[in-house]
Amino acid sequence: MIQLLVFLPLFAAAVAGLGNRMIGNTAAKLVTTGALFASCAIAWPIFIGFLTGTNHAYVAPVLTFIHSGDLQVDWALRVDALTAVMLVVVTSVSALVHLYSWGYMGEDPDQPRFFAYLSLFTFAMLMLVTADSLVQMFFGWEGVGLASYLLIGFWYQKPSAGAAAIKAFVVNRVGDFGFSLGIFGTFLVFGTTSIPAILHAAPGMAGSTIGFLGYRVDTMTLLCLLLFIGAMGKSAQLGLHTWLPDAMEGPTPVSALIHAATMVTAGVFMVCRLSPMFETSHVALEVVTVIGALTCFFAATVGTTQTDIKRVIAYSTCSQLGYMFFAAGSGAFGAAMFHLFTHAFFKALLFLSAGSVIHSMHHEQDMRFYGGLRKHIPLTFWVMIAGTLAITGVGVAGVFGFAGFYSKDAIIEAAYATGTQVGGFAWFMGVFAAGLTSFYSWRLIFLTFFGEPRWAASEHIQHAMHDHGHGHDDHGHDDHHAPDETAGHEPRPEGRSINEIAHGTLGYHPHAAPWVMKLPLLALAVGAVFAGWAFAHYFLEAEFWQGAVAYSAELHEKAEHLPTLLGLAPTIVMLIGLAIAYWGYIVDTTIPDRFARTFRGLYVFLLKKWYFDELYDFLFVRPAFAIGRFLWKQGDEGTIDRFGPDGISKLMVVGNRFMARAQSGYVYSYALVMLLGLAGLATWAVTR
Amino acid sequence: MNQLGFPILSIMLAVPLVAALWCLFAPGEGEAKARSARVTALAASLIDLVLGGVLWANYEVGGARWQFIERADVFGRFSWALGIDGIALMLIVLTVFLVPLCILASWTSIQKRVPEYMAVFLLTELLMLGVFVAQDLFLFYIMFEGGLIPMYMIIGIWGGARRIYASYKFFLYTLLGSVLMLIAMLYMAQTAGTTFIPTLMAFNFSSQAQLWLFLAFFASFAVKMPMWPVHTWLPDAHVEAPTAGSVILAGVMLKLAGYGFIRFSLPMFPEASAHYMWLIFALSMIATVYTSLVALVQKDMKKLIAYSSVAHMALVTFGLFAFNRQGIEGAMMVMLGHGLVSSALFLCVGVVYDRLHTREIARYGGLATNMPAYATFFLFFTMASVGLPGLSNFPGEFLSMMGTYEISSWAAFIAVTGIITGAAYMLYLYRRICFGPQTNADAAAMSDLDKREWLVLAPLAAAVLWMGVYPESFLSPMRADVGALLERIHPAAPASDAALTVPHAAPAAAVAGER
Repeated sequence: MIQLLVFLPLFAAAVAGLGNRMIGNTAAKLVTTGALFASCAIAWPIFIGFLTGTNHAYVAPVLTFIHSGDLQVDWALRVDALTAVMLVVVTSVSALVHLYSWGYMGEDPDQPRFFAYLSLFTFAMLMLVTADSLVQMFFGWEGVGLASYLLIGFWYQKPSAGAAAIKAFVVNRVGDFGFSLGIFGTFLVFGTTSIPAILHAAPGMAGSTIGFLGYRVDTMTLLCLLLFIGAMGKSAQLGLHTWLPDAMEGPTPVSALIHAATMVTAGVFMVCRLSPMFETSHVALEVVTVIGALTCFFAATVGTTQTDIKRVIAYSTCSQLGYMFFAAGSGAFGAAMFHLFTHAFFKALLFLSAGSVIHSMHHEQDMRFYGGLRKHIPLTFWVMIAGTLAITGVGVAGVFGFAGFYSKDAIIEAAYATGTQVGGFAWFMGVFAAGLTSFYSWRLIFLTFFGEPRWAASEHIQHAMHDHGHGHDDHGHDDHHAPDETAGHEPRPEGRSINEIAHGTLGYHPHAAPWVMKLPLLALAVGAVFAGWAFAHYFLEAEFWQGAVAYSAELHEKAEHLPTLLGLAPTIVMLIGLAIAYWGYIVDTTIPDRFARTFRGLYVFLLKKWYFDELYDFLFVRPAFAIGRFLWKQGDEGTIDRFGPDGISKLMVVGNRFMARAQSGYVYSYALVMLLGLAGLATWAVTR
Repeated sequence: MNQLGFPILSIMLAVPLVAALWCLFAPGEGEAKARSARVTALAASLIDLVLGGVLWANYEVGGARWQFIERADVFGRFSWALGIDGIALMLIVLTVFLVPLCILASWTSIQKRVPEYMAVFLLTELLMLGVFVAQDLFLFYIMFEGGLIPMYMIIGIWGGARRIYASYKFFLYTLLGSVLMLIAMLYMAQTAGTTFIPTLMAFNFSSQAQLWLFLAFFASFAVKMPMWPVHTWLPDAHVEAPTAGSVILAGVMLKLAGYGFIRFSLPMFPEASAHYMWLIFALSMIATVYTSLVALVQKDMKKLIAYSSVAHMALVTFGLFAFNRQGIEGAMMVMLGHGLVSSALFLCVGVVYDRLHTREIARYGGLATNMPAYATFFLFFTMASVGLPGLSNFPGEFLSMMGTYEISSWAAFIAVTGIITGAAYMLYLYRRICFGPQTNADAAAMSDLDKREWLVLAPLAAAVLWMGVYPESFLSPMRADVGALLERIHPAAPASDAALTVPHAAPAAAVAGER
């Protein structure tokens, strides 16, 4: 069954991708969506089997892959509790996103290609989560990277989409640089790339040292950190995060599936999968914690100032991934996976709702041009509220809470319970970021759904009304065919604030979403509301995992018995964040402007995303091109050729004559004569 | 005689020779003769392809080390000695697979002196195959150097505007190396008293002699590879060569040097190989960084791919001189994978060059709109080139880098940067060609692939996928031969670079150290 689950999406991708226009939109959509729902239907029983404890880990072999000496890598599908969690996350979200795309991409001329990419992505992700060896994990890792590249660049005519696609791939390759070295080092140390074998042998290597680039370092620390660089790339952690916001160039369903629910969590999955290995190195765990905590704080701060609805959610994703990492770094791998699980539902929901808003607003993505949408698209409004309650972690301990309440609180408590300095730092960052999360999430809701409509100033809406006024077809606008969905116009501090934007609707009526879009929203909303409440018990206890992730009973015990006030801290900051957002965006909308003017330096710094893009451009991109040009012109042409072939021909006594003959084409005769001469010499030497 | 009962290797050499002569001397005039030359060449190359298939199917994995042996003494010590092992087999299969595609690719794009072109092309095939099947030192030399002559002609007669300069450069570089190699060969024949390659592979030259002999061979192989800093002939040769010439140059000729290292330098001069490992690694490290950055700023499609070839070939030299199984098998796989992928990329360039007659990247753009099938193939091969797992280049690159890490973390550290820069320059190229708005009207008017072009690209795509998903087909014939090579060079292997030891002795680490 697991083979069917994994390979159905590949088959569907092949049919839709190769069939393309021949089989038509409907067939392509039916095949891919059908395959995904079938995979999903297979995945849930597997997961439930692990929940009830009736299923146990097994490996299904598929095919020989690379055999070279001690390196014995096979294609194989591993299923255990950890995989089962990922299977349901991947197939469920993917199936719903496929369905949603029927509506969202309904007017795109290139639908078979889109659905083929989506299914291909799902296949690669399934190969990643079922990997039994690091090499197959790397296969899935690169496969999802490819699908991400293709889908970000789906609207390839847009230069910005092409740029974002390359950026995503290349930044991920920086992570893969570390991942690859990590795999090589692991093979060197353990003589295998099989994950169970490595995890089994890892404790024996604790405390050993290894040479690396002339230094002598702790073996396990080195290996874990190299592998973690890979995780940082894929999961957009601080330093390698710059591709994620730009990835919003892709269609919104893609953002929901790849850049929120599944692919970007691959790094967290990897750290959890290798958790017994990470447990052998305190330094590595501390690095994971610090990077995670910093990311969670950094991304949340940036999220507070962005005006593009997708970018806000993208930074929110980045921030939530930081939570998962510092949970893992604190040793609470179960909590990390739990947050991954709940986050998949509520973040996919938030993205798809945002997509519904964008769809209804004729592809306007700037929240400054929204407002008052509550009454026009009520279903979207209510599910988005559910998602927001889930992400901000609303709930009362012991009674009921939305999904994020259980998982986020478990993480924050675990960080505190470690009792270490690093844990304390992570706890502080986590709590602070929880307040920011609440602020930017409610800010998004208030700007979008409350207040007066500010649609009149939107170029997209003006465009729509203009088209409408002249009839749809008379000057052949391809507006629907290639939606002008951008990752946001690069934010500019001098941009207008919502108070300066003219109010009014221009008589525009937001489109309501078709049922194929509403259904996935409702399904995900159920997940966002109940996933935490229903599954907290399993994910946070040891039995469910059957040893698939490292588990510390002691840490769990401590986290359970924190002082009440500490336990309430996330809820308190959440309420503060909500209050500030309410105050600034409902009660008195001039406050954000005044704040931005007063603290202009800070505001611009956040709006510019801490200047990471500018810094990297200055440090890496420009120098790479400049050095390349220098080596080409000064190295190859200016030195090697000048003193090499060109120089020799000038130096030769017969140089001029030779070149003259060469120009007239006699060089072949020369070559022939010389070679024949040499062959003759050889013959003479051999036979004499 | 051999397991087939007929001299298959000689026949594989004879078929292109006969066909080449027929192309040249067949009766007929003008267009009729050209057409018959095309058909003859295609038929001959297909016969060789079939024979190559027969060869592969009948090769006994795990059987005798040298199979399909033929031997006839010609005069003196010089003999017509043929025979192959698994390593040669794979390169032969690569060659016979690529030649028919080259002929098809030249079907309409070559209009000038077609019979001569086809004859020269078949001659190239003959000489390339000769290199891989030769068991006699001088037979090898004649094939190895003789292969340059038809290549000069292809570049010099059917090449682009600066073809004279390019062929001159090509000539000068390769001649320099080959003279030194010939002198070394004469010395070896005298010292060992034989020109039979399998015997020489087991002959122990004195350590002092090895050092000089190694350098003499290195002079030739480094140019052919090409390694930095003797690589500058390659971009010019590629740019000026017609599409099929580039394909055979990148697909097969660049593999001759790798084959030379594995057949001569390593087994015949193991101590010198270990002694000069630092030199090879240093040049490969420079090449990886240097040529990748240069590739990034190229404005000419073929030049970009040519520079990327230099960077990929660095992975071959890294792997070969890693002195372990992963490295050497990886190097072989890189050669095979690169043979397919760089060929395919040059063919992709040829497709648009035939339509617009320019290789300047800026003249294209947005081709995904009007040429979707082309864009798909191009993307597929681009992804293979950047080493996407599941496609042909990954197993080789991965193994080669892994082997390199086992012996030197520094070398591996630099080698792996290639996966970042490689992705950057290839995707940047792809973006400029296929993505974006259609800014050039003539490029936007180009038609998508025709049937012949499909026929050229589809088999390559299938092979690329096959090698990526099930590399075992290609690894298994070479396994025993790499094993034999390892046994030969093992005593000389440099101490598994001190940088990589695990002092708190654990059994696994001890094993790792020996590999």
